Amino acid sequence: MARELPTGGVAAGVVPRPLPPGVRRRRFLQAVANHTVLVALSAMFLMPFVFVVLTALMTDRQALSAAIWPRPFRWSNFLEVFRAIDLVRYTWNTVQVAVGATVGVVVSCVPVAYALSRLRWRGRQAAFVVVLSTLMLPFQVTVVPLYIIFVRFGWIPSLKPLIVPMFFGDAFSIFLLRQFFLTIPEELTDAARVDGASELQIMTRVVVPLAKPAIAAVALFQFLYSWNDLFAPLLFVGGDPNLWTLSIGLAQFRTMTQVDWNLMMAASVLFMLPVIVLFFLAQRVFVEGVTLTGVKG
Amino acid sequence: MSPWVVGFSVFIVYPMVSSLYFSFTRYDLLSEPVFVGLENYRFMFTQDPNFWQSVRNTLWMVGVGVSLRIVFGVVTATVLTWPRRGAKVYRTIFFLPTMAPPVAAAVAFVFVLNPRIGPVNQLLGALGMEHPPLWFYSPGSAKWGLVLLGLWGVGDAMIIFLAGLLDVPRQLYEAAEIEGAGPWQRFRFVTLPMISPVIFFNLVMGVISGFQYFTQAYVASVATSGNRVATQALGYPQGSMLFYSVYLYQQGFTYFRMGYASAMAWVLFLITMACTALIFRTSARWVHYGGALR
Repeated sequence: MARELPTGGVAAGVVPRPLPPGVRRRRFLQAVANHTVLVALSAMFLMPFVFVVLTALMTDRQALSAAIWPRPFRWSNFLEVFRAIDLVRYTWNTVQVAVGATVGVVVSCVPVAYALSRLRWRGRQAAFVVVLSTLMLPFQVTVVPLYIIFVRFGWIPSLKPLIVPMFFGDAFSIFLLRQFFLTIPEELTDAARVDGASELQIMTRVVVPLAKPAIAAVALFQFLYSWNDLFAPLLFVGGDPNLWTLSIGLAQFRTMTQVDWNLMMAASVLFMLPVIVLFFLAQRVFVEGVTLTGVKG
Repeated sequence: MSPWVVGFSVFIVYPMVSSLYFSFTRYDLLSEPVFVGLENYRFMFTQDPNFWQSVRNTLWMVGVGVSLRIVFGVVTATVLTWPRRGAKVYRTIFFLPTMAPPVAAAVAFVFVLNPRIGPVNQLLGALGMEHPPLWFYSPGSAKWGLVLLGLWGVGDAMIIFLAGLLDVPRQLYEAAEIEGAGPWQRFRFVTLPMISPVIFFNLVMGVISGFQYFTQAYVASVATSGNRVATQALGYPQGSMLFYSVYLYQQGFTYFRMGYASAMAWVLFLITMACTALIFRTSARWVHYGGALR
């Protein structure tokens, strides 16, 4: 072998020996080149955020000009935007939908995933295939009859069509939870069963505590989905501005006001902010959840 | 199990069956559905130019948008495997745009790509480009604006690629290097086969969601057209952002042609199934399972 330590790794217990200057310089230059690429890409990813925030702080005339730096900084835009559109109401509606749907999904999907992964019953495999196939089904296929059902229930316009169905299970969440439940050792649940625990007890006392990361991921995904969604809210509450969610409010901004780029950007910032904060608080849950669905799927 | 069974019947099975029935009717919600046989399908395929435009737009978006997202996702994930220090910070930054709500992200891009005041065209102008693209204001470039928006939010695909890349055993690279493989060959003959299951997953998910592309197109059309009535802005400019789901929404929920919308939904379902089946068929040739991946 030409080189004993291919990538500069130092074997355990070996005293690191100083590298020859040539190797060190090459490695340094390599690192500089790498970080240059990474910083350039980072700048590209961050640029839209920066411009949105800067524009949100401009006066309306300045926002219409080619200016890049706000002068003066108009922090009051963030108050102004509450006067331009009914942001408080949209936020309250969005919170109701997102929280309601999240609670619904967790409450309804954990038992189903438990039944699909831990209970032995005839047709279990078939039921799982059915769940999987509904993952493929475009929402558009069921949406017309659903709309008609909700009209009959007198639920249109109301927030109910965005919340209530979530209490009856969601294919994606069931799938993700089932995958995670399968990784919990069978011995644990069997031991509880031997000790005389009922299935309900096993689920709530053994499986749920162990599956907290997966449940957190499911809750987070559903919250974000409901917070962000436009299509379903547009259908079910689009006709009644009192029930609009933030998505609809922002999407319709141009139809309600003059071209106020500064206020439009301020509204975008306010809409993004809670989600970005949530991301930083729950980054690990999030990245692990995405990976769980992707790699193991 | 039982709430799910109830939910499954009420919210999936019944709607599926009845939407299939509606697709053979004329139905405006006010009067009873009238059975018209295959009329909706005949009109769709032979007489409705908007339908074909929406199909072309959607196929373009699935073809160009999804493949570029996969390429860019692999590139960014690869770049993220380089640094020894600061990897987490870079990963967070690259992922951040994915967290922006789609409506907010689209609104942001409508501004960033604004031909007159947006920073992108100002930069292009400063670089000496005489006629920078009009982006969302011109039918020729509007979809490219949406592609850029999709690349900005590449994070969800990227994270999955990154997990796949980090799972590739180091020994494979070392072995390839000893055999004299250069960086490109190592990527082509070690990395790509090893992450092909992840590419496969992202491709399938991308195609399925690509056919349902709606939110970004809706927002971009409404926010650029300046039309006071949102539903009249759909597809702006000149139908170039009229995607399948946008057109379906317009037919079903602004003109209340429920029968026609149902027929369109079933065609969408069948196209999606056919494409997915096709990808699964070809996957045996290019997806390699059974490395040390799992």
